[in-house]
Amino acid sequence: MAMASPPLAVTSERDLRLDLFRGVALWLIFLDHIPENIVNWFTIRNYGFSDATEIFIFISGYTAAFVYGRTMHERGFMLSSARILRRAWQIYVAHIFLFTIFMAEIAYVAATFDNPLYAEEMKILDFLKQPDITIFQALLLKFKPVNMDVLPLYIVLLLLFPPTLFVLLRQPNLALAGSAVVYALAWKLDWNLPAYPNGVWFFNPFAWQLLFVFGAWCALGGAQRLAGVLRSRIVLAVAIAYLLFAFAITLTWHFESLDRFVPGWLGEWMYPIDKTNLDVLRFAHFLALAAVTVRFLPSDWPGLKSAILQPAIRCGQHSLEIFCLGVFLAFAGQFVIAESSGGPLLQTAISVLGIIIMIATANLLSWYKGIEGRSPLSRVKPPDADLAGGEA
Amino acid sequence: MTFIIAILTTIALVHGAAAAEPTPAPECDVPESLIPVQNDLTRVGTEIKDRHRLDISVVGSGSSVLTGPDGARFAYPALLEEALRKRLPGNEIKVTLHVPTRQTTADMAAGLPKILADDKPALVIWQAGTVDALRGVEPEEFRTNLDQGLDAIATAGADVILMNMQFSPRTESMLGISAYADVMRWVTEQRGIALFDRLGIMHYWSDEGIFDLYSATNGYAMARRVHECIGRALASQIINAGHLDAEKIQTTR
Repeated sequence: MAMASPPLAVTSERDLRLDLFRGVALWLIFLDHIPENIVNWFTIRNYGFSDATEIFIFISGYTAAFVYGRTMHERGFMLSSARILRRAWQIYVAHIFLFTIFMAEIAYVAATFDNPLYAEEMKILDFLKQPDITIFQALLLKFKPVNMDVLPLYIVLLLLFPPTLFVLLRQPNLALAGSAVVYALAWKLDWNLPAYPNGVWFFNPFAWQLLFVFGAWCALGGAQRLAGVLRSRIVLAVAIAYLLFAFAITLTWHFESLDRFVPGWLGEWMYPIDKTNLDVLRFAHFLALAAVTVRFLPSDWPGLKSAILQPAIRCGQHSLEIFCLGVFLAFAGQFVIAESSGGPLLQTAISVLGIIIMIATANLLSWYKGIEGRSPLSRVKPPDADLAGGEA
Repeated sequence: MTFIIAILTTIALVHGAAAAEPTPAPECDVPESLIPVQNDLTRVGTEIKDRHRLDISVVGSGSSVLTGPDGARFAYPALLEEALRKRLPGNEIKVTLHVPTRQTTADMAAGLPKILADDKPALVIWQAGTVDALRGVEPEEFRTNLDQGLDAIATAGADVILMNMQFSPRTESMLGISAYADVMRWVTEQRGIALFDRLGIMHYWSDEGIFDLYSATNGYAMARRVHECIGRALASQIINAGHLDAEKIQTTR
C-alpha cells in the first residue's frame, strides 16, 4: 500500500446491522445494570462468555473509523483529530452528568438507609465524607461508581484514536498488530490505569483497545478481507462449537449442581474469565458470535428495513445519548425497585418502560436532527460527520 | 421531562404502597439445595464422636458481628454456639471470635497461623469478601490470599467452612461483590471444601419475602433475626456435613 496517497477502503453505505446490534447492546446494558431484575435472564451474558459491552465497543470502533476515517482521508489529520477530541469531550461531559445523578442517589441512600445489618457494606459510602477529594477524583476519571466504567473507557479509546487511525489508514494490518501487542503487554506487565480510592480501572483500556481497533480495522476494509474466511464452513463449525461450549459452561454457573461436570484442569485453566482485561475467552466468544451473525444476517437483508427493527436501529444511531439515558434509567429503575421491595412484575414493567423511553428518546433525537438538517439557517454540513446519524 | 415525572410518580405510589405493608413474620428455613452435604467435615465428626467437644474459630470482619450494645451476643457466631449446644446436647461447644472490622482477606490469611495455634479449632468458619470488595482488591489477588489462608488451615488439620458476603440489595449498585463471590465459589469447589452461601441464602430469604432486606429500618430487630437464622443455618450445615445427626451420636455414646 502506497504511503503517499492511501486508498480509502471505507465502505460507502452505512451498515444498518451495526446500528441494530448497537441498539440491542444498549438495551442489554440497561437491563444488566439493574441488579435485581428478572428480565436479566434474557441478556446474552447468561448464555456465553462475552456480553453487550463487547458488542458496544466493537461497533463503536467500527463507526469511529467509518466516520473519522473519511474525514481524515479527505480533510487531513488535524481536522479529524479535532473532531475526535471534541467527541471525547462530549462523552466526558456526559459522564460527569451521570456521575452527578449517581451522587444524588448515593447521598439519598446514605441519608435514609441505616440498617445495622449492613453497617459494613455501608462503608462504601464513606467517600461522601470527603466530597472534595471524591469529586476531584471523579473529574480525573479515577473515581468511578459501579456501572459507570464504560464511558471513561470510551474516552480513553477516543483520545488514543487519532494516531491509531492515522496508521490504520496507511498500514491497517500493522495497526492491528500493534494493538494486539499492546494487549499482550498489558496482560504480561499488568498495565492498567489507577482508580480511586484504590485498585485499577474496571475496563482496562490497554486490553479493551484491541476490540475497538479491531472494529476500526474491520470498517477500513478488514471486513472485506475477512469475507473469504467467514464464508468457510470450517470457521462456521468452529464458531458454533465454541458458542455451544461457552453456553454449556455458563449453564454450570446458574445450576451449581452441574459444576461437577467441569473438569478441574479445565476450570483451573479457564477461570477466572477476566472481564477487566478482556479475557481471550471473551474476545473469542465475541468473534464467534460475530462470525455466526455475519454469516446468517447479510448486510442487504431486507428485514433491516422492516418496521419491527427500526426502534433498535434508531437507538443504535444515537448511541451516546441512549447509553447515558440507559445508565440513568437503570439507576432510577433500581431505585424504584429498592424503594418498593419490588417483585418480578415491577421489574418487568420497569425494564419494558425503560426500553420504551429509550426508543422514544431516540426517535425524538432523529426528529430533532431532521428538523435541524432541513432548516435553511443551518450551514451545509460536510457530508462525512452526519451519515444517517452516524455517531462514533 | 414527562418520563422523569412518570418515574417520580411511580416511586411515590409504589413507595407508599410498600410502606403500608407489614413485615412478614420471619420463618427462615433454607432449602436443601443451599445447604450442601457433599463436603464432609471429617474432623468435626471425629471430634464430637471421640471427644464430645467442638472448638470453632470464626474469622471474619464487620458482617460477623452486630454494632450496638451486646452486638456480639446477637450476632451469628454466638447464635451458632447456642444452636449447636441445643442440637448436640452433652457436647462441649466453644466458638471463639476473631472479627475485627475492616479486615481484608490478606490480613486474615496472615493472622490465621496464630489463631490456629492459639485456638486449636476443629473447624474454622472463615467469612470473607466484603472488605475486599470495599477496598477494590483485585479478584486474582483475593484468590491468592484465600488460598494462602486455606493452606494454613489445611496444614493445621482443621475443617473449614468459607462464608461469602451478605446479600445487600441497597448497596448492590455501589458495591460490586459478584467477582469475589465467584472466586469463593470456585476456590471451594477446587479444594472440595464447604461454602456457606450466605449470599444465596439471604437472596432466597429476600425473594421469598421472609426478610425485607431493602428495609431502611435502623432498629436491631431484623438484623438480630437475620443473624439468628444464619446461626441456625450454619448449625444445620455443620451437623449435616459432620454427620452429627442426633440419633447417631446417641447410639455411639
